[in-house]
Amino acid sequence: MAVIRDVIPRLELFQPTSADEALALLAEHGSDAWVYAGGLDTLDWFKDRVKRPRVVVDLGGVDVLREIRPTADGIEIGAMARLIEVINHPAVRSQFPALAYAAQSAASPQIRNQGTIGGNVSQDTRCWYYRDGWTCYRAGGNICYASPPTAMNREHCILGASRCVAVNPSDTAPVLVALEAEMVVRRGRAERVVPAEDYFVGPEIDIERMTVLEPGDLLTAIRLPSTWAGTRVYFEKVRDRETWDFPLVNVATALRESGGTIQDARVVVNGVAPTPVRLTAVETALRGQARNEQTAERAGTIAIQGVAPLTHNGFKVNLMKNLVKRSIRDEPMSV
Amino acid sequence: MADYKLLGKNYQTPDMYAKVTGRSKYAEDHRAEGMVFCKLLVSPMPHARVRSIDASAAEALPGFEGILTADELPDEVEAPNEASLTNEPLYEGEPILAVAAVDEQTAAEAIELIHVDLEPLPFVLDPLDSLRPGGPDARLDGNTMRGRELGEIKWTAADMAGLAPGQIPMDAEAGEEWQYGDLEAGFAEADVVVEEHSYFQSLSHQPLESRTTLAYWAGGKLYVYPSVQSTARSVGPMARWAGVEPADVVVINEFTGGGFGGKISGYVQAQIPILLSKKIGKPVMMRVTRRDETSFGRARPGVQARIKLGMRRDGRITAVDVHAIGDSGPYGRRGDHMNVGSIGSLAYQPLNMRTRGSSVFTNTPPRGAQRAPGGVQSMTMLSPIIQKAAKQLGLDQVEVLKINAPEGQAQYGAPGQNGQQGNVSSAFVKEAIDKGAELFNWSERVQRSGQRNGSKVTGVGVGLSTYSAGASGVDGLFVIRPDGRMYIQSGVGNLGTGSTFDTMRAAAEGMDMPWEKCEVAWGDTSRHLPWSASQGGSSTTHAHTRSNWAAALDARQKLQEIAAHDLGGSASDYEIGGERVYRRGNPSQGLSFARAAQRAIDLGGRYDGHELPEDINGMTTVSATALAGQGLMGVAKDNFPEGGRRMSFVAGFAEVEVDTETGSIRMVDYAAGCDVGTVIHPKNFEGQVFGAAIQGFSIALSQKWVYDRRWGLLVAKRFYNNRPPGFLDVPHEQPMKWGAADLPDPFNPLGAKGIGEAAQGAGSAAVVNAIADALGQENGDFFRSPVTRDMILTQLEQAPTGHDRLTAHV
Repeated sequence: MAVIRDVIPRLELFQPTSADEALALLAEHGSDAWVYAGGLDTLDWFKDRVKRPRVVVDLGGVDVLREIRPTADGIEIGAMARLIEVINHPAVRSQFPALAYAAQSAASPQIRNQGTIGGNVSQDTRCWYYRDGWTCYRAGGNICYASPPTAMNREHCILGASRCVAVNPSDTAPVLVALEAEMVVRRGRAERVVPAEDYFVGPEIDIERMTVLEPGDLLTAIRLPSTWAGTRVYFEKVRDRETWDFPLVNVATALRESGGTIQDARVVVNGVAPTPVRLTAVETALRGQARNEQTAERAGTIAIQGVAPLTHNGFKVNLMKNLVKRSIRDEPMSV
Repeated sequence: MADYKLLGKNYQTPDMYAKVTGRSKYAEDHRAEGMVFCKLLVSPMPHARVRSIDASAAEALPGFEGILTADELPDEVEAPNEASLTNEPLYEGEPILAVAAVDEQTAAEAIELIHVDLEPLPFVLDPLDSLRPGGPDARLDGNTMRGRELGEIKWTAADMAGLAPGQIPMDAEAGEEWQYGDLEAGFAEADVVVEEHSYFQSLSHQPLESRTTLAYWAGGKLYVYPSVQSTARSVGPMARWAGVEPADVVVINEFTGGGFGGKISGYVQAQIPILLSKKIGKPVMMRVTRRDETSFGRARPGVQARIKLGMRRDGRITAVDVHAIGDSGPYGRRGDHMNVGSIGSLAYQPLNMRTRGSSVFTNTPPRGAQRAPGGVQSMTMLSPIIQKAAKQLGLDQVEVLKINAPEGQAQYGAPGQNGQQGNVSSAFVKEAIDKGAELFNWSERVQRSGQRNGSKVTGVGVGLSTYSAGASGVDGLFVIRPDGRMYIQSGVGNLGTGSTFDTMRAAAEGMDMPWEKCEVAWGDTSRHLPWSASQGGSSTTHAHTRSNWAAALDARQKLQEIAAHDLGGSASDYEIGGERVYRRGNPSQGLSFARAAQRAIDLGGRYDGHELPEDINGMTTVSATALAGQGLMGVAKDNFPEGGRRMSFVAGFAEVEVDTETGSIRMVDYAAGCDVGTVIHPKNFEGQVFGAAIQGFSIALSQKWVYDRRWGLLVAKRFYNNRPPGFLDVPHEQPMKWGAADLPDPFNPLGAKGIGEAAQGAGSAAVVNAIADALGQENGDFFRSPVTRDMILTQLEQAPTGHDRLTAHV
């Protein structure tokens, strides 16, 4: 069979208007179904004919999934909220400005108008071998093309490799993990709430997916508890160009300070491993310390313990070290 | 600037309304009765041989309309040239066959049903791998061109002795060589000698409109709707690929979404829908996808070079020695690598110089001319070496460029058979540098060099760039009709530069005609267009201000003669102005243009185009004949004198801020000073200067290919991983600036030269220099583009890079 790209194959499209209807379709079609949100990840796969689901369930008409609303303890963001809506939402901006800033750092203005927060956190990896249809581990094969010495892996992982060396490319994911967000997952009529930290799945658990979502599951909302609202949360992304680029490395650090010392911290990096990585050793080291240059420096040094760079991505080690350092030392940036 | 009514003024081009309202039709917006779609089966390997093709299952698919394979092409092309389809693909993505079907989905399904049995063949991605002893060749018939012949160059073990990985033997065998002066004496005279190895990446053209093409045959003629840069100049190639006479081809292409040299006068892949349409008897639309465009949409040759430069204490460059290897892809003959030397010899006028080089075939996408071919490589590679030498001598970068700048009809490049170098028509380089330095406020800005703000450090850089800026000898054609309006015929392609219209204003200027009363016919060769320059080599502005001025002079003469005929006296008694021809000193005695146009028809002969000049091109003769009898015709070949090669010069000035903790580079400011003669349309001129500069920024900062070396396949196929510049990759705090020396080229009656190409290297050279300036001698010596985040971080940490400094496509 010859390979051809850039033509979306024929597929059966469903456009439900309620979450129940969508969930019923997902239950009915199981692993034949594909959940279509903003389409930025999806259409790329479809037009390359690499992922070829029989059935596509387009959530664009399920308005209820798009709402952003206050809860008793924070904010609930519908999974279908566009990134631009997250960025512009007054409650998000006032309570969790780092999330707005991270969403603003994603992709391009056009993509942020179309891309959803649910899609941004659940998106597949951008490993260029896997995306191009190479039959690697993640694609059900029995090899990783990105890790041999001749392979090109400048944008691959320095941590958490397990046969696969791809990275999670999300800009909002590390912030959500830092903020102890909760992912609301529905399956039929059942709802479960998964801590953001546990939402992401590494290759050692399941090499063919990025999140806990299984066929029939639907991420409906992301809840942000007030735990970290109004605290000092730093996000920074480093990329190669300003227009539409995934992170080489990004960092999200939430600090709670009192009396000149750090009471609590959550430090998360992405772009370095198959999942966002919470740096608990750094968090431990930060607690009880004064927030100063020395503490920041030390945090950076601890952050990179145990890294294992590939042929072309050694620079990510220093980048990760420096970003963690900056996330403690420097003033947070905002939209 | 002379006191023009139209030239030098901003106006709205006639295509603008359609563009901003989305009504403009690009190639894929066209439809034809009964049209079908074709898709391509492309090579999944970097080099292979087709053993067999089984398309039986595809042919049985409902909606299948036809197939075209390489075996059905009319003529075998001569090596190393490229065919539209091949049984020996030489790069991943090369078209092997095409299928037509009722829609694209069916065509794609048909492709998937075809079984092509491929035999993998040896491949090479990096020219240096092919030159090393025992290295593979990209082609079965050699790895280089020796003059016009295919051949092979292999460096010997002795050549490589003592060289580290990523080094080029200066005196090993090279395909081409030229020199002038006494190189040894030049280096002996130098107070500082810098010798470096330098890498310039290969770059896809990536115009936003791909080379989509619709073709059909009707009434004995071929109608082609391509996406090309040139209109008139595309007729010939299309006819050749179709196997018909140019007179039987109609090219329709009113709007083109960019080309950058990759679509100058067509592309061989247009042959696919042309021949498929002929075979199946239906119009065939070939929509070229982004991925296909990346595969066969042309690319700039990368260059790997060893460069040695000597500089005297006063900044004068005494000697330059270059050995440049060009990555020429799998087909054709490219000269970019040799331009590193020749363009450098113009910009810096070294007292003594040698350039040696080889073009080397690789199994990577076909190369073509890209915006200043070889010139951008030259400026981007030489500038940091000059900067380094100047810094060692403690000299100001701007002063060094000025002391070495060409002046007047400066000579440059390879000496000809008589030992003489060619010369330019004019060069006002110091004036251009001064203009840019003033806009940028160089003398104060340079004080910020190396200034630190936390982890961020500021760098400023200047780069001079030059490239070709004009052709001559083409035709101008217009008719003033009895309705009093002027109908100007433009065979100039509407590739986005605006020259399609801007240069026609030279005719209106020459007739003192209000632009509101002018109509331009363009983009459709059935509309009687004249022979035109190709929209490549930044030719058009110079060529068509001349040709339209010539046509205006012709029309003025005819008007004067008509007036003398009707009103008495001699032709020289009459003047032109205010849409009238009138007796000098007695404006009331004369004829309106409308009246004169009617009189031209009455008089016939040469006045209304029934008799034509003998020296115009055959295409113009056909078009003018079709327009004859409609009014007063202005038609002429540009026979104005030439004073040398037309070259423009741009000095770019950049400030960047480099974050030493993240490797991030922020563009802070950019200014360009230009020597381009008369600026005929400032708004479009600005678009060229800034657009080219931004492409230059991405050469310095982000755009590149990445190839898997084991499998020979491009992994960075998409925009987000090969990273051309986006609209945010520009200075944000302040607008970019430009200024022109505004000194007319003495060999164009209107003084204009082109700008599109010269402007690009200014952007890349200024930015690579600014980055090096920010990081200082120890950490800023990259001599490799693009300078990406990883390079800065690894250099600062002295960490391993995973490749040597000349490795291609990493």
